[in-house]
Amino acid sequence: MSRLDELSIEEASRRLASREISSRELTEACLARIEVTEPKVGSFLEVTAQLARQQADDADRRLAATGTRTSDTTALTGIPIALKDIFLTKDVRTTCASRILENFIPTFDATVVARLRRAGAVLLGKLNMDEFAMGSSCENSAMQLTRNPWKLDRVPGGSSGGSATCVAAHQALGSFGTDTGGSIRLPAAFCGVAGIKPTYGRVSRYGVIAFASSLDQVGPMASTTRGAALLLQTVAGKDPLDSTSIDAPVPDYAGAIGTAPTVKGLRIGIPREYFVEGLDADVEAAVRAAIGKLQDLGATIVEVTLPHTEYAVATYYIVATAEASSNLGRYDGVRYGRRRGEEQGLRDMYGESREQGFGAEVKRRIMLGTYVLSAGYYDAYYSKAMRVRTLIRRDFEQAFERCDVIATPTAPATAFEIGSRTDDPLKMYLSDILTISVNLAGLPGMSIPCGLDSAGLPIGLQLIGKPLDELTLLRTAAAYEDSCHWHRVSAELKP
Amino acid sequence: MPLDENEIRRVAVLARLHLGEDEVARLTGDLGRILGFVGKLAELDTSDIEPTSHVVAMSTPYREDEVTTGGDPDSAITNAPRRDGHYFVVPRIIE
Amino acid sequence: MSAARSYYQEGGFETVIGLEVHCQLATASKLFCGCSAAFGAGANEHTCPVCLAMPGVLPVLNRCAVDYAIRAALATDSTINTNSRWARKNYFYPDLPKAYQITQYEQPYCEHGRVTFDLDGTEHTVRLTRIHMEEDAGKSVHDAHASWSLVDLNRAGVPLLEIVSEPELRSGAEASAYMRKMRSLVRYLGISDGNMNEGSMRCDANVSLRKRGATTLGTRAEIKNLNSFRSIERAIAYEIERQAEILLGGGAIVQETRLWDADRGVTRSMRSKEEAHDYRYFPEPDLLPLVIDDAWIERARSELPELPDARRGRFVTSYGLSGYDSGVLTASKELADWFEAAVAAHDNPKALANWITSEVLRIANESGAEGETDFSQLPFAPEHLAALVRLIDDGTISGKIAKTVFSKMVESGDDPAAIVAREGLVQVTDEGAITAIVDSVVAANTAKVAEYKSGKDKLFGFFVGQVMKESQGKANPASVNRLLKERLDG
Ligand SMILES: [Mg+2]
Ligand SMILES: [Zn+2]
Repeated sequence: MSRLDELSIEEASRRLASREISSRELTEACLARIEVTEPKVGSFLEVTAQLARQQADDADRRLAATGTRTSDTTALTGIPIALKDIFLTKDVRTTCASRILENFIPTFDATVVARLRRAGAVLLGKLNMDEFAMGSSCENSAMQLTRNPWKLDRVPGGSSGGSATCVAAHQALGSFGTDTGGSIRLPAAFCGVAGIKPTYGRVSRYGVIAFASSLDQVGPMASTTRGAALLLQTVAGKDPLDSTSIDAPVPDYAGAIGTAPTVKGLRIGIPREYFVEGLDADVEAAVRAAIGKLQDLGATIVEVTLPHTEYAVATYYIVATAEASSNLGRYDGVRYGRRRGEEQGLRDMYGESREQGFGAEVKRRIMLGTYVLSAGYYDAYYSKAMRVRTLIRRDFEQAFERCDVIATPTAPATAFEIGSRTDDPLKMYLSDILTISVNLAGLPGMSIPCGLDSAGLPIGLQLIGKPLDELTLLRTAAAYEDSCHWHRVSAELKP
Repeated sequence: MPLDENEIRRVAVLARLHLGEDEVARLTGDLGRILGFVGKLAELDTSDIEPTSHVVAMSTPYREDEVTTGGDPDSAITNAPRRDGHYFVVPRIIE
Repeated sequence: MSAARSYYQEGGFETVIGLEVHCQLATASKLFCGCSAAFGAGANEHTCPVCLAMPGVLPVLNRCAVDYAIRAALATDSTINTNSRWARKNYFYPDLPKAYQITQYEQPYCEHGRVTFDLDGTEHTVRLTRIHMEEDAGKSVHDAHASWSLVDLNRAGVPLLEIVSEPELRSGAEASAYMRKMRSLVRYLGISDGNMNEGSMRCDANVSLRKRGATTLGTRAEIKNLNSFRSIERAIAYEIERQAEILLGGGAIVQETRLWDADRGVTRSMRSKEEAHDYRYFPEPDLLPLVIDDAWIERARSELPELPDARRGRFVTSYGLSGYDSGVLTASKELADWFEAAVAAHDNPKALANWITSEVLRIANESGAEGETDFSQLPFAPEHLAALVRLIDDGTISGKIAKTVFSKMVESGDDPAAIVAREGLVQVTDEGAITAIVDSVVAANTAKVAEYKSGKDKLFGFFVGQVMKESQGKANPASVNRLLKERLDG
């Protein structure tokens, strides 16, 4: 029998339900794994071992009552997971990997957290990330460095780097991250796990620290598509506390995927703009092989075009930084968070608290966002970007007239070396070139492992769906998984 | 788009960021290059294009006018760096 | 008198005033969260993560605030935009927890309205540029410590309407009269208590001068946070003179925000130039567009109460009152309601209107705060006034005695009939008793009687006075007149 911490969520859920294992055993296995691996990968900002044990015992009690009238278990009852430190957790320190929130203890749970607690999931702790989710490598954390479990000199991808790492290193069975421009899919690809960014509005953003409000979306990561599906269906759905959350029924994704998902008759669109120069040869080969596999399984491949792709990064960095500059105004040292310089008066308190509380990338984006909204520049930048965003959305609408799902590489290359892009923000921004359009259009997107490059690093296949059609993505991904072994290949976690 | 250090200082005042001189210099370079890059949007004619501010095609939902929260000033100030009773305390505001 | 003032009064300048009225909506909860919007509570008692701007929180719109906003639009003949948008106005201030205010900017829900008001018997109309909804900020307390300010966020997120007029007002008096009309309107509509002491209603005045006949606007100064009718008039009057003096001295007006210092009676500059605001407005991503469809508007229209202008017209036609009296009585909903309650108790609208516009209003003005008429503080009810007028109408007391009864009613709050009975103020109509008094007065003033008979008609009033005095004012005046005449001329 394999190690408990290596179980997929669906397998662990089955064994918990049949009482073959207990949540406490599973949780202890994860905590032990964290103890061993954490010095190498550094995924966690905080391990909530005591809370986890308590929740595991609660889950075991609930599971023991299965079949009785007081039964209230779900597929996630007793499953140990971890959360990006962007989700507010009542009484558990939440920092967003920023000095400015280093001592912040929320007084309430994010809706996602509340739903997970209600479902009986076990919270192992809070995960490292790029500060305020601003980054593509997890190197912008003010707290610590997180390393890619596949090769410790590589980045795990960002911003949800800890979320991908903890799954890849089998520290937790699943995790949640957020994705504003690729922050779930990119680290999922770099770390060889499944990650899904649902349709904008599918999952509540209430209690999720905002980076760019019109782009941010919550999503799960797991070693398998079915595991990710179980996590997603637990948290998705209308939340009265989030005005942008969509009031649409949430399918039983895992049930709908079933045991024998098929892609027969599915039209898969291949956008030519995503297979151009700069794409790593190993990545291209693996992604084309995956598409070939889907074709073998009965899908039809069609060429589509997304002509405004080349403008997506520019559009994104205007929209996202503008919204961020406003969202981050509340970190002013008045009601919570780090305060500095109060002895010199109010003006200096603001300036010093923010100067010392924010890291370089966050400041860069606040400055850029403030600039593009400021008098005289709004039309040239912000207003322009909102219009180009319309063109990018239209590209997808037109493409989806010809296909049901779009397949692309998740990233142009595999995980890069730590420190190799930190000097050049623009080069770092281009890491997201294949994921950003999906956020601008508000569509669901997913990354699943589809191979290893010559250095032994994971390669991600990105699937993009129509609005609210996460199910087609999950089905396609599951059908692919059932035909290959990539999701079962684990990082050896050697230096 | 010409971006000089004074412009960076103007923006830093708006953003309430005290920047050291080295940071001003670095940001002038960084933002200059980023703005140069995003300036490519000017290539596109968007005069007839409606802006997208939300991707969700709905109108905003409502809550009913009921008092459902409040009454817990202790928790309001629990994370405050400085407080007096249930007030937040800041350096004196001079208007 | 300064040169500026005389030049101004000679008509050299024309004043151009636009008002931005902020009116707090009387909802139970805040605009975007479920905290109480009530005034008066311990510091931060009415706060939650949303209005404290904790990380990760999001706004959800209060439906009732939109209902109220629609009423305001309908009452001002405005155009309601089916689609409007929320925007963020970004600036840092300790009482603004998110560092932005959620407001409406490019697409407000309401535009192109108008409001008419009366000033010294003349009707004025002011066009409204727009009305929009927004949230209020919190409050800072500056005087508790030498070097610290205290911040209370109970007000943060309370719903406001901002009502922006065209620059069509020409004096402080017009501005104040317009503001009174706005306050009357929101109270009629039941959407705000219009209470200026508590800041439920306040305004910013944009004031500029231009040479009479000029068509372009001069540079304006914005006077912030005027919170009484008196301060509106005084601040604008001061500002007009200040600007006139600068312009006459060949200077230029600086576009700036100014603050009214009521203690010193001056406006002073609020922010220096380097602080020039750049609010970086952009669409609020956390709120979707506000859609107000025709069905909603029609429902609101059908629920509109009678508004002051209509009520005034009705008072003229159904009660036969003058336009002026009707205007006075309908200026506030409380007063009009008070009047109609009195009429319901005794059907003599004209007499009741006279009593109210003279005596009752005087008492109400004395008991209310500055510039306020407060009917809740009156020691007697409309039914009491009705009873008093009934006592006059049925001859129980004279009009003169009624004044005495009224002042006792003000003092004690007692029913007028009880006062009359207690004080023995019932009018003497017994002609025998009056004849006896007439006889004794005539007997005691033989010399005056002779003068009267020799043609000094004016003395008649003297005899009336003497008889009334003898009767302690209780004699029926008509009987006194008749009986005296018979006795003296007979
Ligand atoms: Mg305003
Ligand atoms: Zn609140």
